[in-house]
Amino acid sequence: MDLSGANLQFDSFEELATPLFDQLYNFAHWLTQNREEAEDLVQETYVKALKGFSSFQLGTNFRAWIYRILRNTFLTSRKGLKVTMTVPLEFDEDEVVPELAIEHDTPETFLLARSSHELLQKAIDELPVHFREILLLCEVEEMSYQEMSDTLAVPIGTVMSRLSRARQTLANQLRPHSQQEAARRIARGTNHGL
Amino acid sequence: MVCESWKARLDTYLDGEVSEEEMRTFDSHVRNCPSCSADALARVQLKRAIQVAGKRFTPSAEFRKRMQQSIASKPRHSFRLGWTLAAAAAVVLVVGTLTSTYLGNRSGRDQVFSEIADLHVAALASSAPVDVISTDRHTVKPWFQGRIPFAFNLPQLQNSGFSLLGGRMTYLEQTPGAHLIYDVGKHHISVFVFQERSMPARLTDSSILPGKLSFNMETWGQGGLRYFVIGDASAANIDSLAKLFKAAS
Repeated sequence: MDLSGANLQFDSFEELATPLFDQLYNFAHWLTQNREEAEDLVQETYVKALKGFSSFQLGTNFRAWIYRILRNTFLTSRKGLKVTMTVPLEFDEDEVVPELAIEHDTPETFLLARSSHELLQKAIDELPVHFREILLLCEVEEMSYQEMSDTLAVPIGTVMSRLSRARQTLANQLRPHSQQEAARRIARGTNHGL
Repeated sequence: MVCESWKARLDTYLDGEVSEEEMRTFDSHVRNCPSCSADALARVQLKRAIQVAGKRFTPSAEFRKRMQQSIASKPRHSFRLGWTLAAAAAVVLVVGTLTSTYLGNRSGRDQVFSEIADLHVAALASSAPVDVISTDRHTVKPWFQGRIPFAFNLPQLQNSGFSLLGGRMTYLEQTPGAHLIYDVGKHHISVFVFQERSMPARLTDSSILPGKLSFNMETWGQGGLRYFVIGDASAANIDSLAKLFKAAS
């Protein structure tokens, strides 16, 4: 009986955890900004997840559960503690952010900047960790607000305001680059079709 | 100024976090408001760009191997612990062998779908969505001759509820293709046709519900060509138009 129970548990864990390995590694690398630390983080996450899998309720959101383990593991690591201590939250997270305050680039200017893939990665890298993680969970992992709320252990209102500020910060970082790029291309006469 | 209330919730709308009723109202407004349409396009493009840029890191082969070895080398203290370690090793093995191929291809496939969605949104937001404006397939089809390196058939639309608006050239991964725009009710549907061999990822015939942008999509390969039908019309309408194309090819 014990064996069949163990097999059942393992089958479920394997089935749920396998498709998330590369995604978890990607997320871990973005958080740690270091390959070795990302590997350690993923390894520790899998060990903790497997160990605690008996406490996971089948039918609930496994992805949010294992991302939460990874994130908590990161935040309690030496680097995570350093990052959270040196990057204080400079705003009231429960405050509803008026999206009107966010000035988005026009499609034209963004199309110009779009070719600069590395520029965007650098801008994401430079975001404070709490902005970087929520932006990646939303845009890369395509998590719903509820999933992000579960993963980050914050209310949905906080998810919305933090996400909004993350986008605003990213847009602010990209704007000077896209304007410079637009000016350069126009000067070169390469602004075809725009 | 009238758009301020719309723009205030534009990100929530594009994140797919408004109710179905609000989604329909938003869809309708964005389609008819150039300012919100342009703003939505910019935000969608940024979302797509972040999605692509965010998929940046992949685990090394050494990491997979090292993890496997470190777990497997631990002594077996008990059946339960042994099972745990074996399970962890098996997970890593399976992860190593399966996800690198499966997720790699899925990532490429998702990128193609994202590009198709971008092309659809960008065309509809354009002031000139089509280069050849005609409801006559016998006008639209010859227009592509000499512009794209393949030929394809357009379906008859009598009594189908669909109407052809026109066509334009498009590019996917620097490869030319055809982009046709159809109307059904008040919905616009794009049909893209490319050469199958030019696809950057291996695609299977499928219906896709990306969810976040409320587009339905269907894709299939036929006669060496790859077709995509995408729009905010119902899945049934998308499927009907796809069937008309399949029958015509």
